[in-house]
Amino acid sequence: MTLLAVEALSKSFGGRGSGRGDGAVVEAVADVTFGAAAGEFVTIIGPSGCGKSTLLRLLAGLEQPDSGRIVLEGRPLAQARERQGRFGYMPQRDTLLPWRTVLENVILGLELAGGSREEAREEARQLLPLFGLEGFEEAWPSALSGGMRQRAALLRTFLAADDILLLDEPFGALDALTRRVLQQWLLGVRTRFQKTIVFITHDIDEALLLGDRVLVFSPRPGRIAADLAIDLPHPRGEETVLEAGFTALKRSALAHLKL
Amino acid sequence: MRTTRLFVPALVLIVLAVVWELAVRGLAVPVWILPSPSAIWQSFWETRDLIGVHVGQTLLEVAIGVAVAVTAGVAVAAAMDFSPWLRRAIYPLLVISQTVPIIALAPLLIIWFGFGIAPKVIVVTLFCFFPIAVNTSDGLTATEPDIVDLFRSMGATWPQIWRKVRLPAAGPYFFSGLKIAATYSVAGAVVGEWVGAKQGLGIYLLRMSAAFKTASVFMTIAIISLLSIVLFLTVFVVERRIMPWYFAERSEQ
Repeated sequence: MTLLAVEALSKSFGGRGSGRGDGAVVEAVADVTFGAAAGEFVTIIGPSGCGKSTLLRLLAGLEQPDSGRIVLEGRPLAQARERQGRFGYMPQRDTLLPWRTVLENVILGLELAGGSREEAREEARQLLPLFGLEGFEEAWPSALSGGMRQRAALLRTFLAADDILLLDEPFGALDALTRRVLQQWLLGVRTRFQKTIVFITHDIDEALLLGDRVLVFSPRPGRIAADLAIDLPHPRGEETVLEAGFTALKRSALAHLKL
Repeated sequence: MRTTRLFVPALVLIVLAVVWELAVRGLAVPVWILPSPSAIWQSFWETRDLIGVHVGQTLLEVAIGVAVAVTAGVAVAAAMDFSPWLRRAIYPLLVISQTVPIIALAPLLIIWFGFGIAPKVIVVTLFCFFPIAVNTSDGLTATEPDIVDLFRSMGATWPQIWRKVRLPAAGPYFFSGLKIAATYSVAGAVVGEWVGAKQGLGIYLLRMSAAFKTASVFMTIAIISLLSIVLFLTVFVVERRIMPWYFAERSEQ
Protein backbone atom coordinates (compact mmCIF):
# COMPACT_ATOMS: atom_id res chain seq x y z
CA MET A 1 0.00 0.00 0.00
CA THR A 2 1.34 3.41 -0.89
CA LEU A 3 1.95 5.44 2.25
CA LEU A 4 3.56 8.46 0.63
CA ALA A 5 2.92 9.65 -2.89
CA VAL A 6 4.81 12.48 -4.53
CA GLU A 7 3.10 13.66 -7.70
CA ALA A 8 4.73 15.86 -10.36
CA LEU A 9 6.52 17.98 -7.77
CA SER A 10 8.45 21.03 -9.03
CA LYS A 11 10.29 23.80 -7.27
CA SER A 12 12.41 26.72 -8.52
CA PHE A 13 14.32 29.33 -6.61
CA GLY A 14 15.20 32.90 -7.54
CA GLY A 15 13.53 35.03 -10.17
CA ARG A 16 12.00 38.42 -9.65
CA GLY A 17 10.72 39.25 -6.21
CA SER A 18 12.74 36.52 -4.55
CA GLY A 19 15.18 38.95 -3.00
CA ARG A 20 18.11 37.28 -4.67
CA GLY A 21 18.64 40.22 -6.92
CA ASP A 22 20.15 38.64 -9.99
CA GLY A 23 16.76 37.45 -11.24
CA ALA A 24 18.14 34.11 -12.41
CA VAL A 25 15.76 31.21 -11.90
CA VAL A 26 17.24 27.97 -10.61
CA GLU A 27 15.13 24.89 -11.09
CA ALA A 28 15.86 22.63 -8.13
CA VAL A 29 13.28 19.89 -8.52
CA ALA A 30 11.42 19.23 -11.78
CA ASP A 31 8.41 17.00 -12.18
CA VAL A 32 9.34 14.42 -9.56
CA THR A 33 6.91 11.55 -9.09
CA PHE A 34 7.40 8.54 -6.86
CA GLY A 35 5.69 6.56 -4.15
CA ALA A 36 6.84 4.81 -1.03
CA ALA A 37 5.06 1.82 0.46
CA ALA A 38 4.72 1.43 4.21
CA GLY A 39 7.93 0.05 5.64
CA GLU A 40 9.90 0.66 2.47
CA PHE A 41 13.47 1.98 2.47
CA VAL A 42 13.91 4.35 -0.46
CA THR A 43 17.36 5.76 -1.12
CA ILE A 44 17.92 8.74 -3.36
CA ILE A 45 21.22 9.26 -5.10
CA GLY A 46 22.34 12.03 -7.38
CA PRO A 47 25.14 14.50 -8.01
CA SER A 48 25.51 17.29 -5.47
CA GLY A 49 23.27 20.26 -6.14
CA CYS A 50 20.70 18.14 -7.96
CA GLY A 51 17.85 19.12 -5.67
CA LYS A 52 17.76 16.04 -3.43
CA SER A 53 17.81 18.14 -0.29
CA THR A 54 15.15 20.44 -1.70
CA LEU A 55 12.90 17.43 -2.20
CA LEU A 56 13.20 16.52 1.47
CA ARG A 57 12.64 20.14 2.53
CA LEU A 58 9.46 20.18 0.43
CA LEU A 59 8.26 17.01 2.13
CA ALA A 60 9.19 18.25 5.61
CA GLY A 61 7.14 21.42 5.13
CA LEU A 62 10.11 23.80 4.99
CA GLU A 63 9.41 24.83 1.39
CA GLN A 64 6.29 25.11 -0.74
CA PRO A 65 6.31 23.46 -4.19
CA ASP A 66 5.53 25.54 -7.27
CA SER A 67 3.36 22.70 -8.54
CA GLY A 68 2.58 19.10 -7.78
CA ARG A 69 1.18 17.34 -4.75
CA ILE A 70 2.41 15.52 -1.67
CA VAL A 71 -0.07 12.86 -0.56
CA LEU A 72 0.28 11.10 2.79
CA GLU A 73 -2.01 8.15 3.58
CA GLY A 74 -4.29 9.16 0.73
CA ARG A 75 -4.66 12.77 1.91
CA PRO A 76 -2.98 15.61 0.03
CA LEU A 77 -1.06 17.98 2.31
CA ALA A 78 -1.13 21.22 0.36
CA GLN A 79 0.07 23.62 3.05
CA ALA A 80 3.59 23.52 4.47
CA ARG A 81 2.07 23.82 7.92
CA GLU A 82 0.13 20.57 7.41
CA ARG A 83 3.33 18.68 6.62
CA GLN A 84 5.27 20.00 9.60
CA GLY A 85 5.30 17.50 12.42
CA ARG A 86 4.24 14.64 10.11
CA PHE A 87 7.70 13.48 9.06
CA GLY A 88 10.85 12.76 10.99
CA TYR A 89 13.26 15.08 9.18
CA MET A 90 16.98 14.95 9.84
CA PRO A 91 18.89 17.83 8.19
CA GLN A 92 22.26 17.28 6.60
CA ARG A 93 24.22 19.33 9.11
CA ASP A 94 24.67 18.35 12.71
CA THR A 95 21.76 19.84 14.62
CA LEU A 96 22.05 18.47 18.13
CA LEU A 97 21.38 21.31 20.55
CA PRO A 98 24.67 21.93 22.40
CA TRP A 99 22.83 23.20 25.50
CA ARG A 100 20.87 20.00 25.99
CA THR A 101 22.12 16.65 27.21
CA VAL A 102 21.80 13.65 24.90
CA LEU A 103 18.57 12.56 26.61
CA GLU A 104 17.00 16.03 26.43
CA ASN A 105 18.04 16.25 22.78
CA VAL A 106 16.46 13.00 21.67
CA ILE A 107 13.08 13.73 23.28
CA LEU A 108 12.75 17.03 21.42
CA GLY A 109 10.11 15.83 18.94
CA LEU A 110 7.93 14.32 21.66
CA GLU A 111 8.35 17.44 23.76
CA LEU A 112 7.29 19.75 20.92
CA ALA A 113 4.33 17.52 20.16
CA GLY A 114 3.14 18.39 23.65
CA GLY A 115 3.44 15.04 25.38
CA SER A 116 4.66 14.40 28.91
CA ARG A 117 8.39 14.93 29.21
CA GLU A 118 8.78 12.16 31.73
CA GLU A 119 7.08 9.61 29.47
CA ALA A 120 9.22 10.81 26.58
CA ARG A 121 12.38 10.33 28.65
CA GLU A 122 11.25 6.82 29.60
CA GLU A 123 10.60 5.92 25.98
CA ALA A 124 13.99 7.32 24.98
CA ARG A 125 15.86 5.53 27.77
CA GLN A 126 14.59 2.18 26.49
CA LEU A 127 16.00 2.87 23.03
CA LEU A 128 19.39 4.25 24.15
CA PRO A 129 21.14 0.85 24.23
CA LEU A 130 19.96 0.01 20.71
CA PHE A 131 21.41 3.31 19.51
CA GLY A 132 24.69 2.71 21.35
CA LEU A 133 24.12 5.64 23.70
CA GLU A 134 23.65 3.83 26.97
CA GLY A 135 25.45 5.66 29.76
CA PHE A 136 25.63 8.86 27.71
CA GLU A 137 22.15 10.21 28.46
CA GLU A 138 23.55 12.98 30.68
CA ALA A 139 26.50 13.79 28.37
CA TRP A 140 26.69 17.02 26.37
CA PRO A 141 26.74 16.47 22.60
CA SER A 142 30.23 18.00 22.43
CA ALA A 143 31.53 15.00 24.38
CA LEU A 144 30.34 12.51 21.73
CA SER A 145 32.21 11.14 18.71
CA GLY A 146 30.92 11.89 15.22
CA GLY A 147 29.27 8.48 14.91
CA MET A 148 27.55 8.82 18.27
CA ARG A 149 26.27 12.27 17.42
CA GLN A 150 24.67 10.92 14.27
CA ARG A 151 23.13 8.01 16.20
CA ALA A 152 21.75 10.49 18.73
CA ALA A 153 20.32 12.61 15.91
CA LEU A 154 18.82 9.46 14.37
CA LEU A 155 17.24 8.46 17.67
CA ARG A 156 15.74 11.93 17.93
CA THR A 157 14.33 11.51 14.41
CA PHE A 158 13.01 8.00 15.20
CA LEU A 159 11.23 9.29 18.30
CA ALA A 160 9.85 12.36 16.54
CA ALA A 161 8.07 10.54 13.73
CA ASP A 162 5.36 7.95 13.73
CA ASP A 163 6.20 6.44 10.42
CA ILE A 164 8.18 8.30 7.79
CA LEU A 165 11.81 9.34 8.25
CA LEU A 166 13.48 11.78 5.88
CA LEU A 167 17.24 11.47 6.28
CA ASP A 168 19.49 13.89 4.41
CA GLU A 169 22.94 12.30 4.06
CA PRO A 170 23.04 11.20 7.69
CA PHE A 171 26.42 9.52 7.30
CA GLY A 172 27.88 11.99 4.79
CA ALA A 173 30.24 13.74 7.19
CA LEU A 174 31.64 10.57 8.78
CA ASP A 175 34.89 8.81 7.97
CA ALA A 176 34.59 5.75 5.72
CA LEU A 177 35.01 3.16 8.48
CA THR A 178 32.51 4.73 10.89
CA ARG A 179 30.12 5.07 7.99
CA ARG A 180 30.28 1.35 7.23
CA VAL A 181 29.73 0.46 10.86
CA LEU A 182 26.68 2.74 10.98
CA GLN A 183 25.30 1.34 7.72
CA GLN A 184 25.34 -2.16 9.18
CA TRP A 185 23.87 -0.87 12.41
CA LEU A 186 21.05 0.93 10.56
CA LEU A 187 20.20 -2.25 8.62
CA GLY A 188 19.92 -4.03 11.96
CA VAL A 189 17.83 -1.33 13.62
CA ARG A 190 15.56 -1.12 10.64
CA THR A 191 14.32 -4.69 10.98
CA ARG A 192 13.13 -3.87 14.51
CA PHE A 193 10.87 -0.98 13.48
CA GLN A 194 8.20 -0.54 10.87
CA LYS A 195 9.52 2.77 9.63
CA THR A 196 9.35 4.05 6.09
CA ILE A 197 12.62 5.75 5.23
CA VAL A 198 13.60 8.19 2.51
CA PHE A 199 17.37 8.37 2.63
CA ILE A 200 19.57 10.73 0.62
CA THR A 201 23.17 9.88 -0.11
CA HIS A 202 25.90 10.62 -2.62
CA ASP A 203 27.49 7.21 -2.08
CA ILE A 204 26.31 4.59 -4.61
CA ASP A 205 27.34 1.62 -2.45
CA GLU A 206 25.42 3.05 0.48
CA ALA A 207 22.32 3.64 -1.64
CA LEU A 208 22.33 0.07 -2.98
CA LEU A 209 23.24 -1.58 0.30
CA LEU A 210 20.54 0.10 2.38
CA GLY A 211 17.68 0.61 -0.05
CA ASP A 212 14.77 -1.53 -1.15
CA ARG A 213 14.59 0.94 -4.02
CA VAL A 214 17.03 3.47 -5.35
CA LEU A 215 15.90 6.64 -7.10
CA VAL A 216 18.67 7.98 -9.31
CA PHE A 217 18.44 11.76 -9.77
CA SER A 218 19.72 13.61 -12.81
CA PRO A 219 21.87 16.74 -12.43
CA ARG A 220 20.01 20.02 -11.85
CA PRO A 221 17.13 20.31 -12.26
CA GLY A 222 16.56 17.16 -10.25
CA ARG A 223 14.47 14.60 -12.10
CA ILE A 224 14.18 10.91 -11.46
CA ALA A 225 16.41 9.29 -14.09
CA ALA A 226 15.82 5.75 -12.88
CA ASP A 227 13.83 3.91 -10.24
CA LEU A 228 15.73 0.71 -9.45
CA ALA A 229 14.32 -2.08 -7.32
CA ILE A 230 17.09 -3.60 -5.17
CA ASP A 231 16.20 -7.27 -4.85
CA LEU A 232 19.33 -8.25 -2.94
CA PRO A 233 18.47 -10.69 -0.14
CA HIS A 234 18.44 -9.69 3.53
CA PRO A 235 20.31 -9.71 5.80
CA ARG A 236 22.84 -7.68 3.88
CA GLY A 237 26.31 -7.57 5.33
CA GLU A 238 29.84 -6.49 4.57
CA GLU A 239 30.04 -9.16 1.85
CA THR A 240 26.97 -7.97 -0.04
CA VAL A 241 28.89 -5.28 -1.88
CA LEU A 242 31.16 -7.94 -3.36
CA GLU A 243 28.40 -10.08 -4.89
CA ALA A 244 27.65 -10.28 -8.59
CA GLY A 245 24.07 -9.04 -8.17
CA PHE A 246 25.35 -5.96 -6.37
CA THR A 247 27.87 -5.20 -9.08
CA ALA A 248 25.24 -5.49 -11.78
CA LEU A 249 22.97 -3.04 -9.95
CA LYS A 250 25.86 -0.67 -9.40
CA ARG A 251 26.70 -0.72 -13.09
CA SER A 252 23.09 0.11 -13.93
CA ALA A 253 22.98 2.95 -11.36
CA LEU A 254 26.25 4.39 -12.68
CA ALA A 255 24.91 4.30 -16.23
CA HIS A 256 21.87 6.35 -15.15
CA LEU A 257 24.01 8.82 -13.19
CA LYS A 258 25.95 9.59 -16.39
CA LEU A 259 29.01 10.74 -14.47
CA MET B 1 47.25 24.06 37.04
CA ARG B 2 44.53 26.19 38.62
CA THR B 3 46.64 27.09 41.63
CA THR B 4 49.73 27.97 39.58
CA ARG B 5 47.56 30.12 37.35
CA LEU B 6 46.64 32.24 40.35
CA PHE B 7 49.93 31.80 42.14
CA VAL B 8 52.19 33.36 39.51
CA PRO B 9 50.35 36.70 39.13
CA ALA B 10 49.90 36.89 42.92
CA LEU B 11 53.64 36.44 43.35
CA VAL B 12 54.35 39.18 40.81
CA LEU B 13 51.94 41.47 42.65
CA ILE B 14 53.64 40.84 46.00
CA VAL B 15 57.08 41.43 44.53
CA LEU B 16 55.91 44.72 42.98
CA ALA B 17 54.41 45.84 46.29
CA VAL B 18 57.62 45.07 48.16
CA VAL B 19 59.74 46.94 45.58
CA TRP B 20 57.33 49.89 45.79
CA GLU B 21 57.44 49.92 49.59
CA LEU B 22 61.24 49.78 49.70
CA ALA B 23 61.63 52.43 46.99
CA VAL B 24 59.30 54.90 48.72
CA ARG B 25 61.05 54.41 52.06
CA GLY B 26 64.60 54.36 50.66
CA LEU B 27 64.12 57.50 48.54
CA ALA B 28 62.03 59.20 51.28
CA VAL B 29 59.23 60.16 48.87
CA PRO B 30 56.70 62.47 50.59
CA VAL B 31 53.43 60.66 51.31
CA TRP B 32 51.31 63.23 49.41
CA ILE B 33 53.22 62.44 46.21
CA LEU B 34 53.42 58.66 46.38
CA PRO B 35 52.25 56.78 49.46
CA SER B 36 53.73 53.36 50.17
CA PRO B 37 51.48 50.27 50.12
CA SER B 38 51.57 50.17 53.92
CA ALA B 39 50.41 53.80 54.10
CA ILE B 40 47.56 53.00 51.70
CA TRP B 41 46.54 50.06 53.87
CA GLN B 42 46.73 52.27 56.96
CA SER B 43 44.43 54.85 55.38
CA PHE B 44 41.97 52.09 54.60
CA TRP B 45 42.10 50.86 58.17
CA GLU B 46 41.53 54.34 59.60
CA THR B 47 38.56 55.12 57.34
CA ARG B 48 37.04 51.63 57.13
CA ASP B 49 33.78 52.67 58.87
CA LEU B 50 33.36 55.70 56.63
CA ILE B 51 34.09 54.05 53.30
CA GLY B 52 31.27 51.50 53.56
CA VAL B 53 28.62 54.18 52.93
CA HIS B 54 30.31 55.24 49.72
CA VAL B 55 30.78 51.68 48.50
CA GLY B 56 27.10 50.98 49.22
CA GLN B 57 25.95 54.06 47.33
CA THR B 58 28.10 53.25 44.30
CA LEU B 59 26.97 49.61 44.28
CA LEU B 60 23.32 50.68 44.42
CA GLU B 61 23.83 52.88 41.33
CA VAL B 62 25.66 50.03 39.61
CA ALA B 63 22.91 47.51 40.40
CA ILE B 64 20.09 49.70 39.08
CA GLY B 65 22.12 50.85 36.07
CA VAL B 66 23.11 47.32 35.03
CA ALA B 67 19.54 46.06 35.47
CA VAL B 68 18.21 48.84 33.25
CA ALA B 69 20.98 48.24 30.69
CA VAL B 70 20.27 44.49 30.54
CA THR B 71 16.54 45.04 30.09
CA ALA B 72 16.96 47.75 27.46
CA GLY B 73 19.87 46.01 25.72
CA VAL B 74 18.05 42.71 25.30
CA ALA B 75 14.85 44.49 24.24
CA VAL B 76 16.66 46.53 21.58
CA ALA B 77 18.52 43.41 20.35
CA ALA B 78 15.25 41.50 20.06
CA ALA B 79 13.58 44.43 18.28
CA MET B 80 16.42 44.60 15.76
CA ASP B 81 16.05 40.87 15.21
CA PHE B 82 12.31 41.13 14.55
CA SER B 83 12.68 43.86 11.97
CA PRO B 84 15.58 44.15 9.50
CA TRP B 85 14.39 47.70 8.91
CA LEU B 86 14.86 48.54 12.58
CA ARG B 87 18.30 46.93 12.52
CA ARG B 88 19.37 49.11 9.60
CA ALA B 89 17.98 52.16 11.39
CA ILE B 90 19.36 51.49 14.88
CA TYR B 91 22.61 49.55 14.58
CA PRO B 92 24.74 52.36 13.06
CA LEU B 93 23.32 54.82 15.60
CA LEU B 94 24.34 52.47 18.40
CA VAL B 95 27.89 52.43 17.11
CA ILE B 96 27.99 56.19 16.56
CA SER B 97 26.64 56.77 20.07
CA GLN B 98 29.79 55.14 21.40
CA THR B 99 31.93 57.92 19.96
CA VAL B 100 30.32 60.46 22.32
CA PRO B 101 32.46 60.68 25.47
CA ILE B 102 30.11 59.85 28.31
CA ILE B 103 32.11 61.98 30.72
CA ALA B 104 31.07 64.99 28.64
CA LEU B 105 27.41 64.04 29.03
CA ALA B 106 27.58 63.69 32.80
CA PRO B 107 27.36 67.45 33.56
CA LEU B 108 24.38 67.70 31.18
CA LEU B 109 22.63 64.91 33.07
CA ILE B 110 23.15 66.88 36.30
CA ILE B 111 21.49 69.90 34.67
CA TRP B 112 18.54 67.79 33.56
CA PHE B 113 18.09 65.40 36.47
CA GLY B 114 19.66 67.16 39.46
CA PHE B 115 22.06 65.79 42.05
CA GLY B 116 20.08 62.67 42.99
CA ILE B 117 20.74 59.07 42.01
CA ALA B 118 19.09 59.35 38.57
CA PRO B 119 22.00 60.87 36.58
CA LYS B 120 24.45 58.30 38.06
CA VAL B 121 22.19 55.43 37.11
CA ILE B 122 21.87 56.87 33.62
CA VAL B 123 25.65 57.08 33.23
CA VAL B 124 26.03 53.44 34.36
CA THR B 125 23.31 52.45 31.89
CA LEU B 126 25.06 54.34 29.08
CA PHE B 127 28.30 52.52 29.83
CA CYS B 128 26.67 49.07 30.00
CA PHE B 129 23.93 49.24 27.37
CA PHE B 130 26.10 49.06 24.26
CA PRO B 131 28.07 45.87 24.94
CA ILE B 132 24.91 44.06 26.01
CA ALA B 133 22.76 45.23 23.08
CA VAL B 134 25.39 44.59 20.41
CA ASN B 135 26.51 41.21 21.76
CA THR B 136 22.96 39.95 22.24
CA SER B 137 22.05 41.14 18.76
CA ASP B 138 25.05 39.29 17.28
CA GLY B 139 24.05 36.22 19.29
CA LEU B 140 20.54 36.26 17.90
CA THR B 141 21.90 36.53 14.35
CA ALA B 142 24.18 33.56 14.98
CA THR B 143 21.36 31.03 15.42
CA GLU B 144 21.97 28.00 13.20
CA PRO B 145 19.32 28.14 10.45
CA ASP B 146 19.42 24.33 10.25
CA ILE B 147 18.31 24.03 13.86
CA VAL B 148 15.43 26.43 13.23
CA ASP B 149 14.48 24.32 10.19
CA LEU B 150 14.56 21.19 12.32
CA PHE B 151 12.19 22.80 14.81
CA ARG B 152 9.87 23.98 12.04
CA SER B 153 9.80 20.48 10.54
CA MET B 154 8.69 19.22 13.94
CA GLY B 155 5.82 21.71 13.90
CA ALA B 156 7.29 24.06 16.52
CA THR B 157 5.68 27.47 17.00
CA TRP B 158 7.72 30.69 16.89
CA PRO B 159 7.52 31.20 20.67
CA GLN B 160 8.87 27.65 21.11
CA ILE B 161 11.69 28.35 18.66
CA TRP B 162 12.59 31.51 20.58
CA ARG B 163 12.52 29.87 23.97
CA LYS B 164 14.23 26.62 23.03
CA VAL B 165 16.67 27.72 20.31
CA ARG B 166 17.27 31.41 19.83
CA LEU B 167 17.63 32.52 23.45
CA PRO B 168 19.90 29.62 24.52
CA ALA B 169 21.98 30.09 21.35
CA ALA B 170 22.43 33.79 22.14
CA GLY B 171 23.38 33.02 25.76
CA PRO B 172 27.17 32.94 25.36
CA TYR B 173 27.11 36.22 23.42
CA PHE B 174 24.87 37.87 26.01
CA PHE B 175 27.22 36.85 28.81
CA SER B 176 30.27 38.17 26.95
CA GLY B 177 28.48 41.51 26.77
CA LEU B 178 27.44 41.33 30.40
CA LYS B 179 31.02 40.64 31.50
CA ILE B 180 32.24 43.74 29.68
CA ALA B 181 29.32 45.73 31.11
CA ALA B 182 30.00 44.52 34.65
CA THR B 183 33.60 45.64 34.37
CA TYR B 184 32.64 49.09 33.05
CA SER B 185 29.77 49.60 35.44
CA VAL B 186 31.72 50.73 38.52
CA ALA B 187 33.78 53.14 36.44
CA GLY B 188 30.49 54.46 35.04
CA ALA B 189 29.10 55.11 38.51
CA VAL B 190 32.33 56.87 39.51
CA VAL B 191 32.09 59.14 36.45
CA GLY B 192 28.48 59.92 37.33
CA GLU B 193 29.41 60.82 40.90
CA TRP B 194 32.46 62.78 39.87
CA VAL B 195 30.45 65.69 38.51
CA GLY B 196 28.39 66.06 41.67
CA ALA B 197 27.09 63.80 44.40
CA LYS B 198 26.63 63.57 48.13
CA GLN B 199 27.90 60.02 48.52
CA GLY B 200 29.74 57.45 46.48
CA LEU B 201 33.30 56.46 45.62
CA GLY B 202 33.52 59.05 42.83
CA ILE B 203 32.86 62.04 45.05
CA TYR B 204 35.02 60.54 47.83
CA LEU B 205 37.89 60.22 45.36
CA LEU B 206 37.43 63.86 44.34
CA ARG B 207 37.37 65.09 47.96
CA MET B 208 40.46 63.11 48.95
CA SER B 209 42.48 64.32 45.98
CA ALA B 210 41.42 67.94 46.68
CA ALA B 211 42.70 67.48 50.25
CA PHE B 212 45.97 65.93 49.00
CA LYS B 213 45.17 62.74 50.93
CA THR B 214 46.97 60.75 48.28
CA ALA B 215 46.95 57.52 50.27
CA SER B 216 43.13 57.66 50.39
CA VAL B 217 43.01 58.32 46.65
CA PHE B 218 45.05 55.17 46.03
CA MET B 219 42.87 53.22 48.43
CA THR B 220 39.69 54.34 46.65
CA ILE B 221 41.14 53.39 43.28
CA ALA B 222 42.01 49.95 44.67
CA ILE B 223 38.45 49.52 45.98
CA ILE B 224 37.00 50.54 42.60
CA SER B 225 39.05 47.95 40.76
CA LEU B 226 38.35 45.33 43.38
CA LEU B 227 34.61 45.92 43.00
CA SER B 228 34.93 45.62 39.21
CA ILE B 229 36.79 42.35 39.57
CA VAL B 230 34.21 40.98 42.00
CA LEU B 231 31.37 41.93 39.62
CA PHE B 232 33.17 40.30 36.72
CA LEU B 233 33.70 37.11 38.70
CA THR B 234 30.06 37.12 39.80
CA VAL B 235 28.92 37.20 36.18
CA PHE B 236 31.43 34.46 35.39
CA VAL B 237 30.08 32.22 38.16
CA VAL B 238 26.46 32.80 37.10
CA GLU B 239 27.44 32.07 33.50
CA ARG B 240 28.99 28.74 34.46
CA ARG B 241 25.89 27.89 36.45
CA ILE B 242 23.48 28.68 33.65
CA MET B 243 25.52 27.37 30.72
CA PRO B 244 27.54 24.37 31.92
CA TRP B 245 27.37 22.97 28.38
CA TYR B 246 29.27 25.96 27.00
CA PHE B 247 32.24 25.40 29.30
CA ALA B 248 32.14 21.63 28.73
CA GLU B 249 32.27 22.34 24.98
CA ARG B 250 35.21 24.71 25.31
CA SER B 251 37.23 22.34 27.48
CA GLU B 252 36.49 19.62 24.91
CA GLN B 253 38.25 21.55 22.13
